[in-house]
Amino acid sequence: MTIISQQVKRNKTYEGILQGVLFLCGSLSVLTTLGIVVVLIFETIAFFREVSLLEFLTDSQWTPLFDDKHFGILSLLSGTFLTSMIAILVAMPVGLLSAIYLSEYASTKVRSWVKPTLEVLAGIPTVVYGYFALLFVTPLLQTFIPSLSGFNAFGPGIVMGIMIIPMVSSLSEDAMYAVPQRLREAACALGSSKLQVSLRVVVPAAFSGIAASFLLAISRAIGETMIVVIASGQQPRLTLNPLVPIETMTAYIVQVSMGDTPTGTIEYKTIFAVGMVLFLSTLILNLLSQWIRERFQEKYE
Amino acid sequence: MKPTHSEIQKLLAARQRIERIFKAVAVLTLVIAIGTLAVLLIDSLADGINRLSLQFLTSYPSRRPQQAGILSALVGTIYLMILTALLALPVGIGAAIYLEEYAKHHWFSRIIEVNISNLAGVPSIIYGLLGLELFVRTLGLDRSLLSGALTMSLLVLPIIIITVREALRAVPTSVREASYALGASRWQTIWHQVLPIAFPGILTGSILAFSRAIGEAAPLIMIGALTYIAFLPDSLLAPFSVLPIQIFNWVSRPQKGFAENAAAGIIVLLIVLLMMNAIAVYLRHRYQKKVYL
Amino acid sequence: MSEQGGKIQYHFIKMRFLLLALCLLVVSAEKTAWSASLIKVDGSSTVYPITEAVVEEFQMQHPKVRVTVGISGTGGGFKKFCHGEIDISEASRPIKPSEVALCRDNKIEYIEIPVAYDGLAVMVHPKNNWTGSMTVKELKKLWEPAAQQKITRWSQIRSGWPDKEIHLFGPGVDSGTYDYFTEAVVGKEHSSRGDFTASEDDNVLVQGIATDPLALGFFGLAYYESNQDRLKLVAIDDENPKNGKGPILARSETIMNGTYQPLARPIFIYVSAKSAHRPEIKAFVQFYLTAGRPLVQEVGYIPLKDKVYDLALNRFLKQTVGSVFLGQGSQVGVSLETLLATEAKK
Repeated sequence: MTIISQQVKRNKTYEGILQGVLFLCGSLSVLTTLGIVVVLIFETIAFFREVSLLEFLTDSQWTPLFDDKHFGILSLLSGTFLTSMIAILVAMPVGLLSAIYLSEYASTKVRSWVKPTLEVLAGIPTVVYGYFALLFVTPLLQTFIPSLSGFNAFGPGIVMGIMIIPMVSSLSEDAMYAVPQRLREAACALGSSKLQVSLRVVVPAAFSGIAASFLLAISRAIGETMIVVIASGQQPRLTLNPLVPIETMTAYIVQVSMGDTPTGTIEYKTIFAVGMVLFLSTLILNLLSQWIRERFQEKYE
Repeated sequence: MKPTHSEIQKLLAARQRIERIFKAVAVLTLVIAIGTLAVLLIDSLADGINRLSLQFLTSYPSRRPQQAGILSALVGTIYLMILTALLALPVGIGAAIYLEEYAKHHWFSRIIEVNISNLAGVPSIIYGLLGLELFVRTLGLDRSLLSGALTMSLLVLPIIIITVREALRAVPTSVREASYALGASRWQTIWHQVLPIAFPGILTGSILAFSRAIGEAAPLIMIGALTYIAFLPDSLLAPFSVLPIQIFNWVSRPQKGFAENAAAGIIVLLIVLLMMNAIAVYLRHRYQKKVYL
Repeated sequence: MSEQGGKIQYHFIKMRFLLLALCLLVVSAEKTAWSASLIKVDGSSTVYPITEAVVEEFQMQHPKVRVTVGISGTGGGFKKFCHGEIDISEASRPIKPSEVALCRDNKIEYIEIPVAYDGLAVMVHPKNNWTGSMTVKELKKLWEPAAQQKITRWSQIRSGWPDKEIHLFGPGVDSGTYDYFTEAVVGKEHSSRGDFTASEDDNVLVQGIATDPLALGFFGLAYYESNQDRLKLVAIDDENPKNGKGPILARSETIMNGTYQPLARPIFIYVSAKSAHRPEIKAFVQFYLTAGRPLVQEVGYIPLKDKVYDLALNRFLKQTVGSVFLGQGSQVGVSLETLLATEAKK
């Protein structure tokens, strides 16, 4: 008896230490967030000492680098919104469709080369995508839409969408692949076609995984930097027109931090204010999605 | 009312037609996605293939396009990736295990979860700002490989955690319960039963995470990765450069020869990426287990 | 069971790598001796090509010395410089008051050294046969803030020019080039219309102008020189008879002798006074200002007059700290020669 209880005790302490270590790993993310908030908050507060919150939220122009300064974040927000929307409209359907196809229809052979190929899409450096959008996609689109200007939201939006397809498709597909086979078999036994099995049984069963992939994709689109820096332009404007140059929040941050602005000036502080807005928008989005996911999580056993 | 034979036939035919259309649409979207990739690759290849040579791979940067090479950037990228993997994978997998297996419904886990999803969307340049303040300045690691790897680890950690969690979630509870029923401890269950089944999913997540990391330039510029460096990093605290930064620099130079260099650099970067992916895919293939219940 | 074994094996391999990494970490923590002869340079991407060329040649003659060069931008470079993180900061403009204060707070003293001229060229499409020259006044009319959405056709700038749309291109508003242009043409930094196609990458601007017959833009002369067959240079008339009559084309001669004004600016390196005591940095800066002169032209910039280089070298050897621009940032139309000579006499 004592040998067993000794073993159990040792196991318990071992487990306890392990749990502690893993807890630390998990808390690292909280520490990272704290770090980011700390880095952002001081300068943001300093920024709002000079610029009123009301102006920040309601002014329709964003011109902190010009002589006549306006600090309305709406222009940058609309730029980010526009490019992300277009990206998601491309990535979600394509990603989900390819995931369904790969998981339910494709043979193992096809899956074995299509899946890695799609993952390569995720790995192409964003700088390359940016120049691809600027020098190839936009001119191509200009042949169909003559009024499309050289810098715009449409071309980069599409390219961004293509970039995040693998995120949606790979993760959704993994989620669908893990749905127990007997669910499919049961549905087939009841006379469902393959399509009905896929859309009515597998997709809902894998919903939490699919939703996770969508979330990741949206976050990625909002936070994407280089593609929009290179191909979307540097003209912040409040518009929903995807054919004109705009500027996203991320592009603005890059522009200013890699540029000529000296530290301590109001222009420099705008980096942190915009960074804070970016951070808060993804936070709100995530809280929303968390709530949605919790309501729909299904476990099959 | 029983349907007649011909009615059934019609319904079946309609169903099959919808199936075919669906398949066609799905394949079409895949073709467009992969087609874009092909176009991009062919475009880069056409521009840069002539420049690709042993000399290009083994030379340091230079003001003369014909003499410039990517040796320091290539070695920097490889070192950085290995270091980032060593740092981020254990921590990421550990965090995912904790969240999924140990503290699933704890209130603090909720906070951690929200944090992680949020961090996944933070633009990479903000990680650069964080890395600069924390690793370079506060910890005094200077603009070294270690600072770069730590910053990139923070960047990819959320992606790893999210994807590994999904992989763990997909492992059926019956496997865990069976293990407990046989007297295994929680850790034994995780290590011997859950992780092996989740392994392919973990690999997928890692591939996505590191594919992202390899192409990042902005955060590394912020922490001080260099554009010109004519020697190889010989320790963790050495300065370094990476391929995207070198490519980015060459693209914006006026001399025409640099555009070719940039295209060749892109090809090299893609090859490194493909090799990384190939290793992970091979491992995933070997260990993929379909769970039958 | 073999799959299980394979999985565990993978984990052990990972453990070994981790151990290896830890060992490397320990070992490298001791290996900082070599960093003593490391020269750290960072700053403007405009100055970068010159520094790259100089370092390349320098390292051939001094293989033991290691030099690293970054491009965090003029502002980013100064930030690192004033925190003591780098030895030399490259700048496409003189140091600004806020940066002077930051350096002072951190007890960093700097030696300001001009290294070359950068010419700002105004360009149009080769098919544009009506714009041979422009006056600074016309440029101002075109680029000032009041022109936004109002001055949109060529005929509005000068009568006789075609009544066609004008498409404007220029560097990003956060670049030193843009700053200098607005100061020189409009009279105030950051003061311009906002409705032009802006890009940090001058090659993109080249592309934009070269494919649009109605385009006009400005950017660094180096980019014109590499694309002479696709762009047409516009001569600038500053209407100041004292330095060259009539419109002047941007060329290395006209910039060197000061007749191409106001669109020519000096670019600098700032050396930390503390680092300037180190022998390898002394050798490097001296090399920069002597053997670097022909390299400047090679990469597309305009060298200073020999006399100015000598004055600058003198300044460095005497370790004269501070800025001749009195820390006020860039000024238009000043003669480096005059400024440095005045200071040398003191």
